[in-house]
Amino acid sequence: MSGAAFSPGRSNLQRFLSGYGQEIVVLLSIAALFAVVGAVNPRFLSDTNINSIFAGNAYIAIAAIGMSMIIMAGHIDVSVGALIGVIATIAGTLAVKGYPIWMAWSVPIIFAIAVNAAVGTLVAYTRIPSIVVTLGMLSILKGGLISATQGEWITNMPAEFMIAQMRPFGIPSAVWFMVALTIIAALFLRYTDFGRSIYAVGGNMEAARAAGINPERTVIGVFALHGLFAGIAGILFATQLQVIQSTVPPNLELTIITASVIGGVSILGGTGTVIGSTLAAILFACIGSALIFLNVSAYWLRAVLGLMILATVLADMVRRRRDK
Amino acid sequence: MRADEIGAAAAVGAALPIELRGISKSFAGITVVNSVSFDMRPGEVHALMGENGAGKSTLIKIMAGLYQPDAGEILVNGNAVRFASPKEAHAAGIATVHQELLLFPELTVAENIFLGQTPKTALGTIDWTAMRRRARQLLEELDSGDLDIDQKVVHLSVGNRQRIEIARALAQDARVLIMDEPTAALAEQDVQRLMSIVRRLRKRGVAIVYVSHRMPEIFALADRVTVLRDGNLAGAKPVPEVDEPTLVSMMVGRSIDRLYPAKQGKDGDTILELAGVAHRSVVQDISFKLHRGEILGLAGLVGSGRTETALTIFGVTPATAGQILIDGKPAIIASPGQARDLGIAYVPEDRAHQGLIRPQTIEDNIALANLRRLTRGLFVDAAKVAAEARGAIARFGIRARGPEQPVRQLSGGNQQKVVLAKWLATNPRILIMDEPTRGIDVGAKAEIHQLMRKLAGEGMAILMISSELPEVLGMSDRVLVMNGGRIVGQFDKEHATAEAVGTVMTRSYTREQAA
Repeated sequence: MSGAAFSPGRSNLQRFLSGYGQEIVVLLSIAALFAVVGAVNPRFLSDTNINSIFAGNAYIAIAAIGMSMIIMAGHIDVSVGALIGVIATIAGTLAVKGYPIWMAWSVPIIFAIAVNAAVGTLVAYTRIPSIVVTLGMLSILKGGLISATQGEWITNMPAEFMIAQMRPFGIPSAVWFMVALTIIAALFLRYTDFGRSIYAVGGNMEAARAAGINPERTVIGVFALHGLFAGIAGILFATQLQVIQSTVPPNLELTIITASVIGGVSILGGTGTVIGSTLAAILFACIGSALIFLNVSAYWLRAVLGLMILATVLADMVRRRRDK
Repeated sequence: MRADEIGAAAAVGAALPIELRGISKSFAGITVVNSVSFDMRPGEVHALMGENGAGKSTLIKIMAGLYQPDAGEILVNGNAVRFASPKEAHAAGIATVHQELLLFPELTVAENIFLGQTPKTALGTIDWTAMRRRARQLLEELDSGDLDIDQKVVHLSVGNRQRIEIARALAQDARVLIMDEPTAALAEQDVQRLMSIVRRLRKRGVAIVYVSHRMPEIFALADRVTVLRDGNLAGAKPVPEVDEPTLVSMMVGRSIDRLYPAKQGKDGDTILELAGVAHRSVVQDISFKLHRGEILGLAGLVGSGRTETALTIFGVTPATAGQILIDGKPAIIASPGQARDLGIAYVPEDRAHQGLIRPQTIEDNIALANLRRLTRGLFVDAAKVAAEARGAIARFGIRARGPEQPVRQLSGGNQQKVVLAKWLATNPRILIMDEPTRGIDVGAKAEIHQLMRKLAGEGMAILMISSELPEVLGMSDRVLVMNGGRIVGQFDKEHATAEAVGTVMTRSYTREQAA
């Protein structure tokens, strides 16, 4: 894009700041956090810690990519945490039972896509609000998971199954996945018809229909895509530790939704970027780690996240009111 | 002459960009459009008129591919077609500028113009550079090169959004452009600009279906006019062959010999008096008297301070200077609640936002302004609420299934009657009406006007704000003209002519002259 193309009055810098404001705020927050906490406790900046911050939370960032698309399309999914648990359990079980590794990876992902496509179909054609449908799905998945596993953990998984622990070029594969998927998703959203129709459907469904977009198909597609990202996140979650517990981290879906919202995706739909949600997921991971290094109870993390959600949504509302 | 004859006479040798033959459509067993024929010639503006519910919307939705007809034929360039979706209609060169502008607030101007048909690179991905260049070209062709193509649409005015929709139609290479009440939400300057754009498009050979209630626009722009009534074709004529009364009688199926009801009785005592009232610098030095039984018209352009004056009287933006007297006694009105207790009611301009809770029922809406009166002990008296609503439905002639029908299902005119009923249930003595008939059809308009006259006849004092000059002149016993936040003219009924009022309305005043 050439600079001359912009109309006079607003500089490219102003435009950049207004277009990526939220991402810049999150990025600066991460930098500030590193600077401050690093100064207080230099061990915060150690290789081990930085690795654990990024690699240990990459699956959250990846799930947040799919969640961002869902929210941009004007929907929400509160079942994604439970889905990640189910995916991890299926993958681990297949691996332990001696199925080929490629099947242990791909079958759960296909399962996740299928489940979410079904949710999307229900949401698109019955017009039941997605929060209701996914709340139902949350119960089904959680109940099913605990009944099937009887609360047992999966251990002794084959080493070649543990994809998250691999380190191509010395960097954990989870980080590679996070970076690559964020870039691919960002390009997809900007440069494909389907990507743009996600924004269109979330911004104004009737307008989208009038512009020749099929909103139902778009919603189903977005849910299926979200299933793909949740599936990949689930595999990384399954393989980052030596055990798979039958419980996922509590409130995982909330953390994922929060990452999307703080990354600049409006809860009202129609706007946002996946770069923002990935940065926000990294920011949470940093905050969680920083609390430990500053000897603050980790329970404060939840409270901090809550405050950030409220502040972000408030900022979004204020901005919208000003735009009116 | 019938529409098809006119069409045939002109179509010799020229393929029509769209022609409808004997189109019928019913919903749930109710026939909405009944065997209607309609055609468009290249480079003509064809007005489509009719009361709400006459079938205009259904007919244009059929042309736009949103509905499929039950019977009849659609021809494009002489070939029979069927549109299964809006996309197929677009492909056939038919585009629509919707009344509720269908845009994506969070996307840029350029993208709004091209969404659904974005230019592609060799890789099949969206070519942003080409899209932005072509968007700029299109806007320049529409004399709207001042629009910033990279701006998000959420920041733009209604007039600008409409130009984007028109640009979108051009981007589709539309040969037929359907404009559904394009001026309903526009300010006067934007109306003029729109009309010049329409003329420009006509010169390019685009056929424009122009749906509007506004007679002056029809006579200024249209070449032909087709009128629908109750789903049937009431007639199609070249515009030079018709005048306003003819069109109105075609629309309502009876001749309205008097468009505006005559005054009954005489004015009573002064009930409301403003003496040098101001709100900050928005409205200044407002002085006038309003009498019982009088309809006082407040004319002026959008932004001249009419609504602001009303809001000050109603206590939304309390007066910062001057005095308001009710029955000759100074009154302090610091909130709408106080205004209501003093017997003032305000029917706002923006029904959807300020006047009604649309998903709620008629009775709930009417009860809303009167909860205190309708409450017994701790609870709202449901029987009383329903009785009140039934009374209002009868008194105002609201066409509804019953008090429990949600308001959003009613037509614009009937919604306006519910707003009126709601405020009249507070038993006001002073009624302020802001654009009482904006966006409603001729028949409902006449009913509202009759109602206003009846209320005045019963002793109500009415302050009416209207942007439609004919309405101001037809309804008002006296006319006040506002300009730049001040009252700049006052006319008796005999002296209030379109020229006199219009001149004062549009003159640009310097501070000295205005004071």
